[in-house]
Amino acid sequence: MKQLVEKHPLAIRWFHWVNFPVLSLMIWSGLWIYWANDIYRIGWGQTTLFKFFPQSFYDTFGMTHKLAQGMNWHFMLMWLFFANGLLYVLYTLFSGEWRYLLPNRHSLREAWQVTLHDLGLRKTAPPVQKYNGAQRIAYTAVILMGVGSLLTGLAIYKPVQFGWLTQGLGGYEAARVQHFVLTLGYVLFFVVHVAQVVRAGWNNFRSMVAGFEVEDVPTTGAASPVLAQRDPDAKA
Amino acid sequence: MAIELPPTPDKPIPPHPSPDGQDLALPPGSALSQEATRRTRRSFIVGGLAALGGVLGWRYLLHRPDADGTPLPFRRVLDANGRLSAAYFRETRLAPEFPKSLAREPRQNGNAGLQTPLDAAAWRLLVEPYGGTTVREFTLAEIKALPRTEFTTQLKCIEGWSVVVNWAGVRFADFLNKYPIASRSGQPITDSTKPPADLAPYVSVVTPDEEYYVGLDMQSAIHPQTLLCYEMNGQPLTPEHGAPLRLVTPLKYGIKHLKRIGTISFTDERPADYWAEQGYDWDSGH
Repeated sequence: MKQLVEKHPLAIRWFHWVNFPVLSLMIWSGLWIYWANDIYRIGWGQTTLFKFFPQSFYDTFGMTHKLAQGMNWHFMLMWLFFANGLLYVLYTLFSGEWRYLLPNRHSLREAWQVTLHDLGLRKTAPPVQKYNGAQRIAYTAVILMGVGSLLTGLAIYKPVQFGWLTQGLGGYEAARVQHFVLTLGYVLFFVVHVAQVVRAGWNNFRSMVAGFEVEDVPTTGAASPVLAQRDPDAKA
Repeated sequence: MAIELPPTPDKPIPPHPSPDGQDLALPPGSALSQEATRRTRRSFIVGGLAALGGVLGWRYLLHRPDADGTPLPFRRVLDANGRLSAAYFRETRLAPEFPKSLAREPRQNGNAGLQTPLDAAAWRLLVEPYGGTTVREFTLAEIKALPRTEFTTQLKCIEGWSVVVNWAGVRFADFLNKYPIASRSGQPITDSTKPPADLAPYVSVVTPDEEYYVGLDMQSAIHPQTLLCYEMNGQPLTPEHGAPLRLVTPLKYGIKHLKRIGTISFTDERPADYWAEQGYDWDSGH
């Protein structure tokens, strides 16, 4: 039976769409900062497979000589990134949404099945509640990455006042590397996320804007014709 | 911690196949279809307006009047961050020290303030006492006669690189202990954690040609790791590294480590700062 099912609460939709431009601008201004000492590469010894980043990359996006501007954007937007992330985490805790989001004991196996299905190696996708195992793992990991960015960022922003943190992360240079790698992680997350959203289609995308999703719900479920509730603890 | 659980309906939806990719078109004109259309339209209008507001708001911030090389709202946030850092600052937190064997020669980045040849014999440190008018002059020998402090710390450039350097010189706090010219009542600094109440709030340091200048907050200036430095890596400073006397403060980025000090003065207002006038954070503290 087709129903409109509430998927994303209003608060989570706001957190999501506030985070998108804020994190994008954090990464953008971070690249302006990174340009001033762009020493990272993939390679060994004298061999470099990839340099972060080729000159053409900076030239294409006009990213050179913007260190001061980059720091100024970064140190303004960090507050928004932090506040939005904190509110999101508090909201998921107090609303109970965390029960859909934290991985459970089925998540690893389910994530494997989802991955096989998405790669076309498995016919059926496992049944889901709101998020499948792969999503639970990804959406929890990205929050931990956010915490990591805040901590590594603080460690390179105030390395003396937060010396315990900087030393705990292995020193100033190490914390800068970690901050950079986490940023690569967001970009990777973004690529997979957008690809999955495109694959999933309009119904799914609309749910992150309008909150509801059209679903074909088994008739043994809720009888309400319009909006149905989920049970976050149901075994998938 | 008690967590409020959302209301669980009597008959929750059981797990079922993901709706992704299914044909889930609603019958046109049905109550469900109308409800879906209404909610979709409303949400996209609100979302569109919010996005527009965000873009216009950001453009507004970027086009506010310039305040030393950056739009005013950004300068205000930098300064607010600086005040927050100052409130959290403790003199007892020290920059980590390293074995002297790790010390390297730092890159020379820019030569503002160093373009005239140094006449070492004629050089004097000029200090304007706080609230006074008579400039005091100090020879390098008088500086070197004060207690010597040496440490090996990481010099961090605002560009993002760092290098371990060994520095030796006189703590600025020790200088102000011997020459109590930074407080109105003329009290020395015997303990940098308990400075005199009428100490100047800021210190201005300027090169002899006045081409390069930095400002420091007093609590950073009298931090035990802030030096009037005359030796780097065991050797007297060379002209390109700030001979005969330079500022070293591992509490700040390299841009505050002014080379070839000419004049030091104590001010009530935040002193001019070479890089802060070009869009950088005035505090630039660690």
